[in-house]
Parts: sequence; C-alpha cells; structure tokens
Amino acid sequence: MRELERLSLGTREATLAPRTRIGILGVVIALTLALLVSRLWQLQILDGEDLRTISEKNRMRLIRTPPLRGVIYDRRGELLVDNRPSYDVILVPEDAPDIRKTIEALSRYVPTEEHLSDKIAVRDLRRPSYEGVLLAKDVPWQVIAAVETHQLEIPGVNIETGTRRDYLPNGFAAHILGYVGEISPRELAQAPGYRMGDLIGKFGIEKRWESILRGQGGGQQIEVDAAGKRLRVLGAVEATAGQSLVLTIEAELQRKAESLLEGGEGAIVALDVHTGEVLAMASRPMFDPNQFARGVTSSEWRSLVSDPLHPLNNRAIQGQYPPGSTFKVIMAAAALEKGVVTPATRFFCSGGIPFGNHFFHCWKKKGHGGVDLRQALAQSCDVYFYQVGQRLGIQAIADYAKRFGLGAPLGMGIDHELGGVIPDAAWKKARLGAPWYAGETLSVAIGQGYVTATPLQMAVVAATVANGGTVYRPHVVKRVLDDAGEPLKEYGPEVLQGTNIDPHTLQLVREGMIDVVNAPTGTGKKAKLLEVLVAGKTGTSQVIAGTKGKGTALARQFRDHAWFIAFAPADAPKIAVACLLEHAGAGGGAAAAPVVKEVLETYFAIARKEGTHADEVRQEAHLAF
Amino acid sequence: MKFDRRLISHFDWVLFLLILALLGAGILAVYSATYAGHRRFSSLAVRQMSWAAMGVGCLLVAFAVDYRRLERWVYVPYCLSLVLLVLVPLIGSSGGGARRWINLGAFSLQPSEVVKVALLLVLARFYHRHIPPAGYGLRDLLVPAVLAALPAALVLAEPNLGTTVILGLLFLTVTFAAGIRWSALALAVVAGGSVLPLLWHHMKPYQKQRVFSFLDPSQDPLGAGYHMIQSKVTIGSGMVWGKGFLQGTQNRLDFLPEKHTDFVFAVVAEEWGFIGAVALLALYGALLAKLLSIAWQARDRFGACLAVGAASAVFWQLLINLGMNLGVLPVVGVPLPLLSYGGSSLLTMMTCLGLALNVSTRRSLY
Repeated sequence: MRELERLSLGTREATLAPRTRIGILGVVIALTLALLVSRLWQLQILDGEDLRTISEKNRMRLIRTPPLRGVIYDRRGELLVDNRPSYDVILVPEDAPDIRKTIEALSRYVPTEEHLSDKIAVRDLRRPSYEGVLLAKDVPWQVIAAVETHQLEIPGVNIETGTRRDYLPNGFAAHILGYVGEISPRELAQAPGYRMGDLIGKFGIEKRWESILRGQGGGQQIEVDAAGKRLRVLGAVEATAGQSLVLTIEAELQRKAESLLEGGEGAIVALDVHTGEVLAMASRPMFDPNQFARGVTSSEWRSLVSDPLHPLNNRAIQGQYPPGSTFKVIMAAAALEKGVVTPATRFFCSGGIPFGNHFFHCWKKKGHGGVDLRQALAQSCDVYFYQVGQRLGIQAIADYAKRFGLGAPLGMGIDHELGGVIPDAAWKKARLGAPWYAGETLSVAIGQGYVTATPLQMAVVAATVANGGTVYRPHVVKRVLDDAGEPLKEYGPEVLQGTNIDPHTLQLVREGMIDVVNAPTGTGKKAKLLEVLVAGKTGTSQVIAGTKGKGTALARQFRDHAWFIAFAPADAPKIAVACLLEHAGAGGGAAAAPVVKEVLETYFAIARKEGTHADEVRQEAHLAF
Repeated sequence: MKFDRRLISHFDWVLFLLILALLGAGILAVYSATYAGHRRFSSLAVRQMSWAAMGVGCLLVAFAVDYRRLERWVYVPYCLSLVLLVLVPLIGSSGGGARRWINLGAFSLQPSEVVKVALLLVLARFYHRHIPPAGYGLRDLLVPAVLAALPAALVLAEPNLGTTVILGLLFLTVTFAAGIRWSALALAVVAGGSVLPLLWHHMKPYQKQRVFSFLDPSQDPLGAGYHMIQSKVTIGSGMVWGKGFLQGTQNRLDFLPEKHTDFVFAVVAEEWGFIGAVALLALYGALLAKLLSIAWQARDRFGACLAVGAASAVFWQLLINLGMNLGVLPVVGVPLPLLSYGGSSLLTMMTCLGLALNVSTRRSLY
C-alpha cells in the first residue's frame, strides 16, 4: 500500500520532505553564514590594524636545547661512557635562495647522503623552513674548515655543535652498557615528552636507565626578523643534565675477562659473593656501541642481526646452556640435606651403571672405584650422582635448583635476561605433553637433559655456596649521581631468597669444591693459584646427547661447551666467577678452568694494588670529579 | 544499462562548477600553506591535486548510477564502514595519540570519514520508507538513532571527537528535515543536553584541555591555546585586502600549526583578506543554497534526504572549522570541506556531492 503511494504521482506532496523544514534549514544556514561574516568583519576590519601589528611583532620562536646525557662510571670512577662534542652540517632552507645550487657547491666539500633532495622534500611537509635539515653528521675538522671558508658559495649551510655518545673502544662492556639511537616512531608513540630526532637508550643500561640518564630539555625564546633570521635571545630555560651512573663493574677485570674470550664465543661473569654486585660480565662476540652512536646504516644493522654468531646476544644472561657437571654442586647440597647420602656414603664407579634398558656412562670409562661425596665432587664422578639422582627424584632436584636461583630470571636489571629451565614432571607435561621417565632424572643429575642455566645463574650458584646460602639479586648499578657528582641513590645488596640449607652442608660442598682445584685427582687443577685458595667446579656440557667422538675431531657446532664456576679465597670468599666457552672442544677443566684462574689472578692483583680499603678510597676519589 | 543522453542535457552545471571552484581554491590554499620559498610545488600540493582529480572521479561514480537503484544496496557500504571502524583499533596506524587510519599501501584510509556517506545513505532510505503521517515521534526514530549511534560510538572511541559531533549533527539535520515532530525534537535536545556531562567525563585530558584553552586561550599560550591565538592573529592581520598570495608572514614563518589541514582557512584569510574570505564564504553559501534547492525540488524523499544530507555535511564542517579558525569554537579536528589537505575527507565529501548531483540531474528524467 505504502509502496503504491510512494510511486504514484498523485500523492507526490505527501511523500516529499516537508518543504517548510528545508526552508527553515536555509534560514539557519544563511544566518550562520552572516554571523561568520560578521566575525570576519570584527577580526579583519575592526581589529585588523591591531592584529596586523601583533603579527608583525610575531617574531618570537622557541628553539629546543637537548639535555646533556648522564655519563657512566665503573665502580672506581673510570669513565666508561662519555659525551663528546660533534659537529653536524645543517642546511636551513629558509636561508638558501637556491637549494640545488647550494647542495651542488657543498658536495665538493662534504660527503653528503644520497637521498638529500628527498630529505629536503620531506622537510617542507613536516617542519618549518627555518628549522635546519641535517646534511652530514659528526664531520671531521677538515669539513668544518671547508664549510667555514667557503661560506659565501653555500648560503644556508651552517655547522651546528651537538654531542655524541662516546663509548670505550673495542666494544668494551657493550652488552652491559648498550647504546643510544634516534627515537623510532614506535618508541615515540609510547614515550611522552620526546620528539622526532631525539636520542633514546635502545639497549642495555642506556635503555633500562633512560629516565635517569636523559635529563630535562631546555629551550630558548629567540627573536627573528621577517625573513626568519635569528636576531637575539629573549629568554632561555636551561636544560638540566641527566644524572650519572656508577656501575658495580670493575673496568680492569671486565677488560681482562673480555680479552680472555677474544676469538671465541662465550661468557664470563664475576660477582661479589656478599652483595650480588656484578664485577665483570663479558660476552663474546660483541658489537661496537660507537657504531650505533654514529648512526648505524641499514647494511651494518643487517649484518649484525644476521651474523650466525649473534653478536647482539648477551650470552651471560641470554645464553641458556646445560650446566653439565657444575650442576653437581647443587646435587651434592640436595643429597646431604635430604639425607640420601652422608659424607661417608660411598658408591662404586665401574665406568657406568645400567638403568632400564640404557647404560649410563661415567665420563671416566675405566671408572673411579669407590668414591664418597667429596671425592665424587673433586673427580666429578657421574656414577655417584646418578645414584644420588635416583634417590632424590626429579622433584627434590628441581626444588633445590630453584633455591639456588635457577629456573627463572634473576632480575639483574638489564633487559632480555632469560631464566633457563629446571625441569620436573609438571614442566614436561605442560611443555612436551609427555610423562617424566626415571631415566631422565639421571641425565638431570649430571646437568644434562632438559636442564639449562645462564652463566650469570651459575655464577650466582657459586656465590651462594660461597656466602653460606644467600641468593643475592645480581645488579650492575651501584649508585646514581646528580649532575654535581653527588650521590643521589645507592643500590646495596638485595636478598632474593635464602636457600634454607644447613651451613654445615654448604661447608661440605665447599670442601669438595676446594678439592676440585687443589686435590691431586681434582678436575679443575688448572684454576689453582699460588697465594689464594680457590674452590671450583668443572663442567662439560654435551651439545648433542650421546655424541661419539672427541674434541677437535668433531665439527665445531657439535663440540661440547666448557664450564667452570669458582669462588675465592675459599676460606673467606669475596668473588665468584662463572665461565662458559661455547664449543670449546675441550672439557671445563682443560679449557675453562685456566680462564677463570686468570680472572681471579687479575682480581686479586687489583685488590693488592689498591690495598684493603680500595673501594672506599676510590669512592672518595671519584666524588671529586 | 545504456547511457541516457538526457544525463548530459540535464546535467547540473551550476553545482558542478561551484564544486570545481572550491576545489581550485583548496589547491591554491594548500599550495600556499606548504610553500617553502622555492619555486616548486610542494609534494603536498601535488598530492592534493591528485586527491582532487580522484575526488572528481568519485563524484562522477556517485553520479553515474541512478540513485534510486542505489537505495537497495545502502546497507553494503554501511556494514563495510562499520567493519572498517572496528578494524581501526586492531590494525589501524596511529597519529598524534589516536588510531584513526587504516594503511592500504599507497594511501591510508580514514574509516570515520567514509562512514559519513554510509550513514547518509541508510538514513535517507529509512526516511524514504517510513513516513508517519503526523511526523516522527521519538519511538519512530529508534531505528535511525541506533543506525547513527553505532558508528558514532566507534568513532568516539578512536578517539575522534570532531567526527563524532559531525555524525550526530548529520543525524539531527536529516531527521529534522525528514519531519521530526517539534515536541520530539525538543525532548531529544533536552535528552542530548543531559548526556553532555557524561560525555565530558569520558573525554580525554587533551580534549578537555582544548575546551579550557578555548575559554581562556591566554592560559596556555605555548600549548593548546597557541592555535587559537595564532589563528586569530593570522586572520585579523589579513585586513581588508590581504597580504597577497604567498605573502602571508604568519603562514610563511610557521607560526600557524596544522595550516594545511584544519587551519587552511586562516592562510586564505591572511593572504586574501576580508574580500577573499567573504568571497570564499559566498562560494560556500551558493553551494549550500544549490544543495537545498535540489532537496526542495527532488522527486522523492530518498533524493531529498540525500541532498539535505550533503548540505548538512558541508554546512556543519564549514561551521565548526571556521568557528575554530575564528576563535569562536574550541579546537576539534574537523577539516574545511573541499579545502583542507587530506584524501579521505575530500573523497568522502565529493561522493556526497556526487549523490546530490545524481538527484539533481535525474529530477527531470522521470
């Protein structure tokens, strides 16, 4: 019915929009336009004179000045990250009557970027023309001289001073310090208070401590003439420099650790056993943060990211390796605590034991004969720990491993820290959907199978045994300094958890670890020092379970990893060290123990040189900066 | 479908030329607003020209197919644009703190613009099909209100207050023209007014700040109030004759932010003065008068509603944009129809006008 009505011409009037309503709309629109015209009249005719005057005086601009970024010291006040002046070549389009000509002339003196004209084309969309376009970053003095002397040929081109982040050469502590770079659009969307072109910490300490290091930007109000040239400064807000950081790192020790890893892949971590302070944390291969400070090119970035050796990876906190026999330290403590063995319990090692339809080998084919706990640790007897593992069961092993800080990240204050894996039946069910087999417990008992840990975690294990059972959270920042160099905040020891293990148990473990280095049959004799009693534990972790063949006869990627963890002096521990060498092709005793020995040697040499109160003395010295 | 010669003989040249004139003014204004001092078209002006060309294409497409055939399909663009709006928070790209765009490779689409056309179409269809003899009461308006509220809520969530307001005004205007009862209108206005405090409560801090700085621009001269002060100075300093094309110092020295988009009118008013600004307003006035006369003369309610819708899309955006340029309304991001730089808003506007052209030309064909 309605359909008919709508189509029929006879009822046309009824189906149309009410014309009065359209008329009303017309009147409303006309009145509104009249109001807008009257407002224009008011602004342009009545107030026009005044507003024209204001616009002519409208010659004030805000120029931002970036803050000076805080610097970073080692624990003794050695400067690890500094700012240095840098000189950039800038083009102010407003001042260049013919941009093409200027650039052509300039290219005789300055190697400019390829896509310069694109860059300038982009400029006119986003940025005002008085704002400079960066033509070349951080140029050498020859270029500065050339630009200054040929100023007449290249109008609009200026040299602007800025600062660059300056890191020590050879990628010193690169994985800890990280680097800064220009803020990305994504970071910009998340970080309020930044602008395009600002620097922001991208990695390591530079990233995690960004808000402390950055400081507060300032600005200048400057007067410009009608052409946009700067006439004078009307007012200024000073930028506030960022706060500086003092790290717990001992630069000399760090340097030594890095040099010991030269040419290979691996990590070394040294900790103060009573505070969790990281004295050194080296990871190789590495990258050069200066490359980033300069501005990394896309091809450089690609080669870094696609490098099969992953130089950007911080192996000390991101490398998850089977701990191998170093795990026996935890097994020994668990066995004594659970009472499955006493110090006098002896097992006979004939070179392996049958279990299920498998034969589990000891690393020593001929067997160790009868061994007690202390001997089993010193000689790293696998058969002894197979027995212990069977008696403990996987749940107890996992429980004790977690008490020592394994199985979860320690929260050491640098991004991307990983936690390794401490497996148990529930973990396997959730992860692999399969039940736990008793034979797997035997693998775990000697630190193989699903168990993985980072070098940092194993250093914490050594430190925890050394200090009597407290897991301190490892940390790298010791204090924050204000811009006058006065301490603002201290970061002392933080107890992550107690192991809740009888001190006597740990004493027995320590004795075993002393024998590892000092007994005639010990596996870690290459870590022995003359003046200081060292305790340690070797480890050799298989990359592929059951690989036959030995040492350098194997293809590199199948060679075993070498581990050594240690603390010293064994009678009054101060420092704990963990060393992991990837695919070393030799056991922990042969490859990693001598490395740790050199780290300890260096540490005690520094301590002797500095005297007993070295830390305090150095602190005073550094406060005088 | 064969081509009907009468489409040419009855073509509404007046409307078409008015649109072209405004497009031309827009290209000049964007060229001037992005002029960088060297004799070269800024890439933005070039892009605006290609937008304009594509806009004419959209206009012709919207014109080509008999609008009465379109009526059956109006829910297709409506549903599509709703889907796009839902996708915005998921895959959209952000700018200035809000996610509003969907990246389509070569260009980015702003679904909140597209939804304007889609809403107009479904509203026109509804008012065409449901005609209570005594005018629309509130209960009759439930369906169109929901049709408008759905996209409006999604756009508000982006957040995009300006477009939300425009969608609401579009709905009100078309409903008013279709014949809402006066009593119902009064009730709706009162109800709408009581929602305002709620809306205020849900506004983002920066949006509230804009309202505050509208009430007292001197409070924050370097922040939100800066736009308003500079815009007023820019317009006023044009005086009667203006400073001349490309001679606007406020513009050239970049005291005016967003000058090629939301504040392009200020650039025109500075360079062409009162004379130029009023001439521009006269063009808009003529366009609006033309659109209303198309509505007046339309042969059916669907066509009339489309023409009223096109008129209200032009009018409200013009009013809000000029209002903020002239410092009489708070700064909300609403483009000046056909003049502001930007693809989505231009193409949408041209599509609306294409529909009006469609209605106008086919009036005498049947």
